[in-house]
Amino acid sequence: MIKSRVVLFILAFVAWLLFCWVPDAQDIIAGVFVALLVSILTGDMFVKRPHHFGHLKRYLWFIYYVPIFLWECFKANIDVAYRVGHPDIPIHPGIVKVKTNLKSDTGLTFLANSITLTPGTLSVDIDREKGYIYVHWIEVKSKDVEGATKMIVEKFERILRRIFE
Amino acid sequence: MSNIIGIIFIAIGLVFDFFGCLGLVRLPDVYNRLQASTKCVTLGTCSILFGTFLIVGVSATGVKALICATFLLLTAPVSAHALARGAHKSGVRLWEKSVVDKYQEDGELK
Amino acid sequence: MSNRRVRWVIGLVILLAIFAVILLYPLPILMYPGLPFAGLYRRALFIIMLCVIFCLYRIFRGPTAPDRIITIDILGILVVGFCAVLSIPTGRSWYIDIGIAWALQSFIGTLALAKYLEGKDFDE
Repeated sequence: MIKSRVVLFILAFVAWLLFCWVPDAQDIIAGVFVALLVSILTGDMFVKRPHHFGHLKRYLWFIYYVPIFLWECFKANIDVAYRVGHPDIPIHPGIVKVKTNLKSDTGLTFLANSITLTPGTLSVDIDREKGYIYVHWIEVKSKDVEGATKMIVEKFERILRRIFE
Repeated sequence: MSNIIGIIFIAIGLVFDFFGCLGLVRLPDVYNRLQASTKCVTLGTCSILFGTFLIVGVSATGVKALICATFLLLTAPVSAHALARGAHKSGVRLWEKSVVDKYQEDGELK
Repeated sequence: MSNRRVRWVIGLVILLAIFAVILLYPLPILMYPGLPFAGLYRRALFIIMLCVIFCLYRIFRGPTAPDRIITIDILGILVVGFCAVLSIPTGRSWYIDIGIAWALQSFIGTLALAKYLEGKDFDE
């Protein structure tokens, strides 16, 4: 798995350069050694499928995903501010179950993070074999699996499938 | 000009931080508090960091502030997820007016 | 129900009074007198301190252990924002370094505490 080590080396080196901005010669030399050490020690723990880093389409979908995600975050904050500031605290919480088709680690992690930061939902646990995510919902609108899946997961899943699968 | 835009970002972040901590005080149970505080405080602090980047420009402080914002956006939901799971497994039940608890019906996965 | 509305109005008045004191009181400007809007940064620091006081209330009152652990996590994120605001008017870039280190530390600590709540070993 020399390829995943190369990818990890490049990622670690770029992160090092960002941490010691503006980099001069000493920083770059030290960074090469540190990134080599990291990539040799923890080679294929992080990067499982290195050929994915060469696909340009994935980066374009990721750039498309970021503004949607930030806009949903902003809406979530307005929603929480309304519920907290209202005198009667209008909440009907509960834990529902949603279904997902994603399989890879990174995809599931990003899906759970997106669910947590979007309006009114918080992912609690993941069932890897059957593909279920348990979601705490502050305003339960439908209790069955299909309705909840349609309202919570779908808008992210169709983008994330193209990035990480 | 970028000074003023940065200060607007910092002000938005402060408002969100404040509402998140207010939710921490007002909401009735662990999971609701976790929702309100994680969402609001994470995006509020990221907004403060982005405002810092706009004010100081591309310098040591600014680039580190951007890295810190990315790190927070990636890790704060993970710790919220772990805490919700841990709280449910340690036996904290939902608020008594909750509608449904599918997680307990399915018997809390291993 | 009306009791709750009355309490809400009282709380609103108290919060508005605190905000008025923070925003209108002429704070002495000790850092960087030439910087534009230097007073605003100090007021921002005071608002974050108000949030920290709310968190301390929840730590003091919290009925269960998960409440307190959540609040510790939130306090860590607030401290990162505090360091970021503090680094602008003083012009020291190592305040942001403190913030990054604090964020890492509190993330790892929160994960360890969550594992402890689950009642599992740490090597799982």
